Amino acid sequence: MITANAVTKRYPQGHEALKNVSFEITAGEMVFLTGHSGAGKSTLFKLLAAIERPTTGSIVINGQNLAALRRKAIPYLRRKLGLIFQDQKLLFDRSVLDNVLLPLSIVGHPPKDAPRRAQAALAKVGLHNRDRAFPITLSGGEQQRLAIARAVVNRPAIILADEPTANLDAASAVEILDIFHAFQQVGVTVVIATHDPLIMARLNPRVLRLDQGEMNEMTWGQFAAGLAP
Amino acid sequence: MTTWLIQHLTALRDALRRLAGAPLNTLLSLVVIGVALTLPTAGWLAIENLRAVTGDTPGVQQISIFLSVDASQGEVTEIASRLQETNPGSWRFVARDEALKRLQQSEGMAEIVGSLPKNPLPDAFVVTPTDSQPASLERLAQTFAGWPKVAHVQLDSAWVKRLDALLRLGRLIVMLLAVLFAGALVAITFNTIRLQILARAAEIEVAKLIGATNTYIQRPLHYFGMLQGALGGLCAALLVTTGSHLLSAPVAELARLYGGTFTLQGLSTIDIAALAAVGGGLGWLGAKISALIHLRRIS
Repeated sequence: MITANAVTKRYPQGHEALKNVSFEITAGEMVFLTGHSGAGKSTLFKLLAAIERPTTGSIVINGQNLAALRRKAIPYLRRKLGLIFQDQKLLFDRSVLDNVLLPLSIVGHPPKDAPRRAQAALAKVGLHNRDRAFPITLSGGEQQRLAIARAVVNRPAIILADEPTANLDAASAVEILDIFHAFQQVGVTVVIATHDPLIMARLNPRVLRLDQGEMNEMTWGQFAAGLAP
Repeated sequence: MTTWLIQHLTALRDALRRLAGAPLNTLLSLVVIGVALTLPTAGWLAIENLRAVTGDTPGVQQISIFLSVDASQGEVTEIASRLQETNPGSWRFVARDEALKRLQQSEGMAEIVGSLPKNPLPDAFVVTPTDSQPASLERLAQTFAGWPKVAHVQLDSAWVKRLDALLRLGRLIVMLLAVLFAGALVAITFNTIRLQILARAAEIEVAKLIGATNTYIQRPLHYFGMLQGALGGLCAALLVTTGSHLLSAPVAELARLYGGTFTLQGLSTIDIAALAAVGGGLGWLGAKISALIHLRRIS
């Protein structure tokens, strides 16, 4: 589903955010991308979402090489991904429902059916009775769930989430993780970038650990052992 | 319904909602665009009306040959045969008695003519030359002037030509004005769309991140510019129509005082539609340029 081959990302100032990173994620898998702040998680997220391009190497999603993707093809790639941003990027000038309607409008979903579809997405994240509320009135956990609803309303095969549990208390973080887990259970590939190892413990996932731009692949057990003092 | 149609309708609705959502801004923009389009439209209308006054024959050139009052019948025949020989085009003879009769029929002239002791008018020939080039007309007039008993040769077309030249100048000025104000309309739309993009920067950024194409983002902006321009065009039509209504009575009065009838022609339905279309087109252009320039800054 997602294959990265010898990916290097060098920024103009000479900083190498990713060094020769390779990995493969199969369809329906749930993978955690971890590492300290500045280890390259967000850079990798941006490369996977085609927000930036790798300096060298290739990233192939669904058979499409992002490094060689034409600019005009980028929007169509993004529509196949459910993107959840670190700062959520909710639109605060419109209701919860209208936030979820935006991706449907972008793909030209029939307006008659769109609200029903959006309500269904909100129901999946437990926000179905907050549809008329404005995002500013939601709690941090609810805002994150709204971001997830917006990401999944077009039923993407892949969900990419950047630090989805940052700034959330433990209980809310667990709720969010359960939502991702539920999507993975129905066959969605889920990639979560996080620096918080504790939230991973429940799911025993595969872990891609970035350290100063270099990647080590391990099981949760190996990762947890490395955490021990 | 195809996706394409859905997206266009959505964009149109979005543009309408935004126009209606800020009524004061919309009204101000419409007034500015309306006034900008009013000046060239009013100028064009004035020229069209003037052209109607001068009649449909600005191109017909005539030369009148007036003989001396004392010219005899034989001398008239001599001129006629010379005309036959020269064959400059069609010509007709206007006898002095016939000319007097016609003058009598003119507005307010009957009394004056009646009070004259004898006919003061000369015999005349009216020539319509086939070659209406100004230079050959001059040459013909000179030839005619050299003939015996010819008192005066007049190029009847001179005033028509002068008026025609004036009208052409007027039309050129209106055209320059139109270009100038078209530029203004594009600039106004450019700025409105720039402000729209600034106000919607967050939405545009998010939309792009989750898969919106540039076309999707630009479409409502294009509709906005087009609608604003078209409504501005209708605004101008309203202003010009009001103006011509206010002027029509005084103009008719003026024409009556000159012994004529003339009604000021306002804008036709087709004119109004054309004005709205031109406004819409220019608005679309301004929006297109603005969107191209300003959207590039939002990645």
